[in-house]
Amino acid sequence: MSARRCRAVVIGASAGALEVLNQVLPALPASFPLPVFVVVHVPPDRKSLLAELFARRCEMRVREAEDKEPIEPGTIYFAPPNYHMLVETEQALALSADEPVLYSRPAIDILFESAADVYGPALAALVLTGANEDGARGLRAVETAGGQVAVQDPKTAFAAAMPEAALAACPRARIVTPGGVAAYLQELAAMPPVDEN
Amino acid sequence: MTDQVEEIEIQLLLEALYLRYHYDFRHYAATSIKRRLRLAREQMGFASISALQERLLHDETMLPRMLGYLTVQVSEMFRDPSYFKAIRETVIPHLRTYPSLKLWIAGCADGEELYSFVILFREEGLEERTIFYATDINQDALARARAGIYGLERIQLFTENHRKSGGKSSLSEYYSAGYGRAVFDKSLRERVLFADHSLVTDAVFAEMNLISCRNVLIYFNRALQDRAIGLFKDSLSRKGFLGLGAKENLRFCAHADAFSEFNREERLYQRRDG
Repeated sequence: MSARRCRAVVIGASAGALEVLNQVLPALPASFPLPVFVVVHVPPDRKSLLAELFARRCEMRVREAEDKEPIEPGTIYFAPPNYHMLVETEQALALSADEPVLYSRPAIDILFESAADVYGPALAALVLTGANEDGARGLRAVETAGGQVAVQDPKTAFAAAMPEAALAACPRARIVTPGGVAAYLQELAAMPPVDEN
Repeated sequence: MTDQVEEIEIQLLLEALYLRYHYDFRHYAATSIKRRLRLAREQMGFASISALQERLLHDETMLPRMLGYLTVQVSEMFRDPSYFKAIRETVIPHLRTYPSLKLWIAGCADGEELYSFVILFREEGLEERTIFYATDINQDALARARAGIYGLERIQLFTENHRKSGGKSSLSEYYSAGYGRAVFDKSLRERVLFADHSLVTDAVFAEMNLISCRNVLIYFNRALQDRAIGLFKDSLSRKGFLGLGAKENLRFCAHADAFSEFNREERLYQRRDG
């Protein structure tokens, strides 16, 4: 099978997420060939407006994930409030109501770890602004599985704690600026396939 | 892509659990099971999942601990207040027309949702004519549901949820607080039957007017979801109601045609005639 070298993107963000995602997601073209899974820490008791908001701003399709939802390329999936979002297989998402991780549900670590299991080296993971340490462990799992890892430059982040924790866990992660993320992801998506052996 | 050895170990452990204790997690959604088994292995200090399996096979005191990991379910009273509000405002008027009612909370875990329903039905004057069935596969969880004791630190959220759900009384009427715990009144359990029941291996047991099964099916794979929904279909009276979790739906289910959407947003379905 001549699969793409990179077949999916996972993104985690917390405090300050809206502003930076607004620079990243609308900059991806409708033709972006990969699924993009996004966990943003949102309060559990509120209906999340993220998917609606970004659906209006993005060229890519945007959805709030449902349980066992089929994974389509060129689609952005947001984790719903009060659920963890996991990648079950390359074909389907799953949700869980397991306990919060680092006080967060959805948790970035859970998405990243499940995606690392499914996509292995064919995954790109990105930790953006945030005020806690969620995402660091997950980013490490992606790196260990051979995936591409990147972190928002803490100097450009609204809250530096999360990118700093991610960099401490993955010191060799690529450091990106909000304005540079879309180009970086397109570059990854365009990498030629490699023979799997 | 996952470590193939670990996949094999997980499969073998689930098989062992089934053969030895008749708990069947073999068709649960693989990702969540994997995560929980990794957590169990890590926290119980085993070098591998195989080592955990060895112990599980030979030491039956391991079973409750194992089930504790595999059936974690974190709920709250009146979780998703709008769900309970929709039931209060749109389902209750239908239920009111029946002389007697049966309600099934499938996968009741520690009982938060059960007490929410009993309180709601009491507020609506329907408790007296209702039998509440609360089922789960985890005996420890059933015992906690029967006890109805929750940490006092959770009560603020429960109270807030109850208020948002259109609660007509004060939640504090239903529990007494002390020593950091809220003990719910035993009168709430007078019309409740607790039972060990598995959606995976057990059959229909009564004709229900309303089944609420929220955030249980997300842990099942598609085939198992079909089985459970089929069970609900056969357990519902004509025009009976089925409530699912906020992100669950019947869209991909083999029995979708047997139900109509009663309230799409709140995931309330109604069994069609016939």
